Amino acid sequence: MNSAPTTARQLGLLNCHDCHLLSKAPAGEEHEHLACPRCGAPLHTRKPNSLTRTTALVLAATIFYIPANLLPMTITSSLGTTQADTIMSGVIYFIQSGSWELALVIFIASIFVPMAKLLILTYLLLSVRFRSLWRPKDRTTLYRLTEMVGRWSMLDVYVVTILVALVKLGAVATIDAGPAAVFFAAVVVITMIAAESFDPRLIWDVIEEET
Amino acid sequence: MHIVACHDCDLLNSFPADATETRLCVRCGCVLHQYRPNSIDRTLALALGALILFIVANSFPFLEMKNGGFIQQTTLLTGIHELWKQQLYGLSTLVFLTCILIPFLQMIGLLYLLLPLKLGRSVPGAITVLRLLRHLAPWGMLEIFLLGILVALVKLGHMATIVPGTSVFSFGILVFVMAAALTALDRPLLWERLDPRR
Repeated sequence: MNSAPTTARQLGLLNCHDCHLLSKAPAGEEHEHLACPRCGAPLHTRKPNSLTRTTALVLAATIFYIPANLLPMTITSSLGTTQADTIMSGVIYFIQSGSWELALVIFIASIFVPMAKLLILTYLLLSVRFRSLWRPKDRTTLYRLTEMVGRWSMLDVYVVTILVALVKLGAVATIDAGPAAVFFAAVVVITMIAAESFDPRLIWDVIEEET
Repeated sequence: MHIVACHDCDLLNSFPADATETRLCVRCGCVLHQYRPNSIDRTLALALGALILFIVANSFPFLEMKNGGFIQQTTLLTGIHELWKQQLYGLSTLVFLTCILIPFLQMIGLLYLLLPLKLGRSVPGAITVLRLLRHLAPWGMLEIFLLGILVALVKLGHMATIVPGTSVFSFGILVFVMAAALTALDRPLLWERLDPRR
């Protein structure tokens, strides 16, 4: 018993999400409307409905991810010709024009990171649901990574904003934001909320219950 | 001794309250404690610096495009307005929130919390502000916007001559000052000082 790690839950302690104060949970199982005595944030042993909420958000983001990649991100009209660019064709343009560093930055921020994030969250959800005991520490690290890098996908949304704002030269050329910009922004925001609603402590709960 | 439950795996960790090194959770490696000396003064100075840079960055055009006789100048706000005019309301609101409103609230929030603390006064709503700061943290995206400026610079290189203005340099420094301000903030210390139960 002494060698087993002790968690806050085992001792009936609640860890405040906002100020990290440990407080004693009152007797009985009703923890519905508890508030942290120090900061007033709602207290839970685990984030409420974490799995269901995260699954729903990941599904929504996956659906939006498809039009975000297939539809044009920008529409450039210059001297009578119009050209629609998707995220991928933007990357290819940079490779062809010789700036492979930028192609890499955009590829990582707009294609690799969102995809990796969706895959990692899906994997984490499945691993908790099927009570996996495999490498909990590495899975927690994966989670932290997802939480950290997800915001960088906003890059392409900002690039579009700047292009649209700047290239308003009337007769010469205009750049308009395409429909994919909206879908893409939605993917980034939804996956950020999804990562926030996932509770990595669920990974460890399985380990404690099974051993 | 200080007992902290890890927010990533719920393990109870204990370490001396005045530990001067970074403490990681022994089970999952999550950062539990970081030594932040002189936190209030440092954060205050950095937040004030950030606010000044933020005002400069938003007052001048950050890009200027010369094409024949045309000169097109853009500030961050005109960019957002342009999106709004194209009926992309959601997108324009998102950029406004993540690049203007939230970073601004973060700076004001830090000043509102720390200035009275420094002067030994108490202000209403300090606890709400500190909680808000935690929830806003991932949504302030100035550093990503800066990278966006750089990408757009290269992308438009072939269409016109682009002259980076005062604003870009302020943005560049702002990103680092802002990050430093948020890192210097010692949350556990603030929670202790603001604890209403004392």
